[in-house]
Amino acid sequence: MGDAKADPRDFEKPILEIEQRIADLESFQRKASVDVSAEIAKLHEECDQRMREIYSQLTAWQRVQLARDPNRPGSLDYIGMIFEDFLELHGDKAYGDDKAIVTGLCRIGGRRILLVAQRKGKTTKERMACNFGSPHPEGYRKALEKMKLAEKFGLPVVTLVNTPGAYPGIGAEERGQAVIIARNILEMSRLRAPILSVVIGEGGSGGALAICVADRLCILENAYFSVISPEGCASILWRDSGKASVAAELLKLSPHDLLDLGIVDEVIPEPLGGAHRNPQRMGEILKAKLIEQLDQIDRVPIDRLVERRYRKYRQIGRYQEIELAKLAPTQA
Amino acid sequence: MAFEKIRNLLGRKKSLPGGLWMKCPDCIGMIYRKEMEERKLVCPACNYHFTMTPQERIHLLLDEESFTRMWSNLEPVDALNFEGVTSYKQKLEAAQKETGERDAVWAGVGRLEGRPLVFGLTDSRFMMGSMGSVVGETIARAFEFATERRLPVVFVSGSGGGARMYEGALSLMQMAKSSATIARFQEAGGLYISVLTNPTMAGVMASFAALGDVLVAEPKALIGFTGPRVIEQTIRQELPKGFQTSEFLLEHGFVDLIVERPKLRREVARLIEYLT
Repeated sequence: MGDAKADPRDFEKPILEIEQRIADLESFQRKASVDVSAEIAKLHEECDQRMREIYSQLTAWQRVQLARDPNRPGSLDYIGMIFEDFLELHGDKAYGDDKAIVTGLCRIGGRRILLVAQRKGKTTKERMACNFGSPHPEGYRKALEKMKLAEKFGLPVVTLVNTPGAYPGIGAEERGQAVIIARNILEMSRLRAPILSVVIGEGGSGGALAICVADRLCILENAYFSVISPEGCASILWRDSGKASVAAELLKLSPHDLLDLGIVDEVIPEPLGGAHRNPQRMGEILKAKLIEQLDQIDRVPIDRLVERRYRKYRQIGRYQEIELAKLAPTQA
Repeated sequence: MAFEKIRNLLGRKKSLPGGLWMKCPDCIGMIYRKEMEERKLVCPACNYHFTMTPQERIHLLLDEESFTRMWSNLEPVDALNFEGVTSYKQKLEAAQKETGERDAVWAGVGRLEGRPLVFGLTDSRFMMGSMGSVVGETIARAFEFATERRLPVVFVSGSGGGARMYEGALSLMQMAKSSATIARFQEAGGLYISVLTNPTMAGVMASFAALGDVLVAEPKALIGFTGPRVIEQTIRQELPKGFQTSEFLLEHGFVDLIVERPKLRREVARLIEYLT
């Protein structure tokens, strides 16, 4: 448990070492004009083999690290790779334009859709502008405004979730963070448009849920979705955020655990070694999956779809029901 | 007097220490207990509203003997097998022993100044009133019942804990579940009055508690999304005085009215008279 100071990405070290050797050999081959391609091919094979081993047994905490990797493709990368002819629509028509949520019209697989995507930014400047992916109330209100537009004009909604959580600050509270999130959740539960959501990185609590009450909720293999951050959970349990790795296991926040609990509908596989190693391939996989899922939900009559969505959320939860006969009547 | 009666009937549950005098946690003044009880557990010096037990809350708002509890047969389970310093099972057992309740929610039918309604509350003494599967399911059933019977709903929230960590994403999804049933209830024309009491935070305030057709708050309650300590740690500055109080929410336009406890029953009744 004393891994507070250990590098949580240690698990990737063997892979990085092999990759370094491959790079060295390639450079040698170029400069010395000596053919070592057989050796390089062998190393590639070994690298793949190691990656398969390592990535098939990641801990929850290791997955959280991958979900947060700054090199992992984000919403804007996917907009470039997957969504064609993107037409961004800004603003919530009430307060401002939150850069932590991007909304706009675009096409995928010949279908017109509305995209709502949480954005963390890549450069320091972008990341500051996006508050590191933590939206303010105006971001959530913007998302809802545009979803209403989609509802009115019959477009399906695709949302990409990637946030550590809704922004915890003075302005956010002054502008009603909780009330606005609640409103989004309620409105999405009955929105008369198909909704497909994918958690592409971090699915941080209410700030994530506020854009993913959906007909289908998918999650990438190395993403997570949780009621609280592992650090927050560890602080509460042990008053020590260094125990986050233990908390991550307890919270069952990994894709396959979420599938077992009935929280997500599908886990989308990532390229070998994670999305950050091959963003292009990740984009192809995600695009194919989005088209497949949209084909399924977009043909269901809207009344039935909304009813199905209601029933889906209505039945989530685990509890026991004790026979009424065994209970003493309570009155106050 | 009435409080005494209820307390003797049901057993005093933790919220107030014994003795003739007690200390107000807000103004630190000494209060003569009897005077405070006559004022419905409100500090006579500073207007601080003490936590009420479910029994006291029901007595405050509903007609005498009119409340019948429903759905109290739901028992929480440890779906995640959550083993921390103390496990979820231990946490539940401790809270159950302390309160005599299965979970943090009460709901049922009753009358308020003669008008039938569905009434519910979260009990902030039970794991900080946090919402797990039992709380979410009970709220969903209460709103479905109210939709079928065309009854108004009055729900009193007191939840510092938000979505209950120990049930992981299952708790988070109770936000969607409760909100979805409220959407249907309101679409069918139902009136939902949400009463916010100290404290109502995080996943509870970001779902069912915020979704009333009318939001009523008790004075000086802590209401918001992120807890003040977490905000302070994030922004590294002190929070302004009165931040995230009922008065702060009123000023920023997020609650309809603040009502002091002695007037709460009458004001809720007036709302129902106007809107049904």
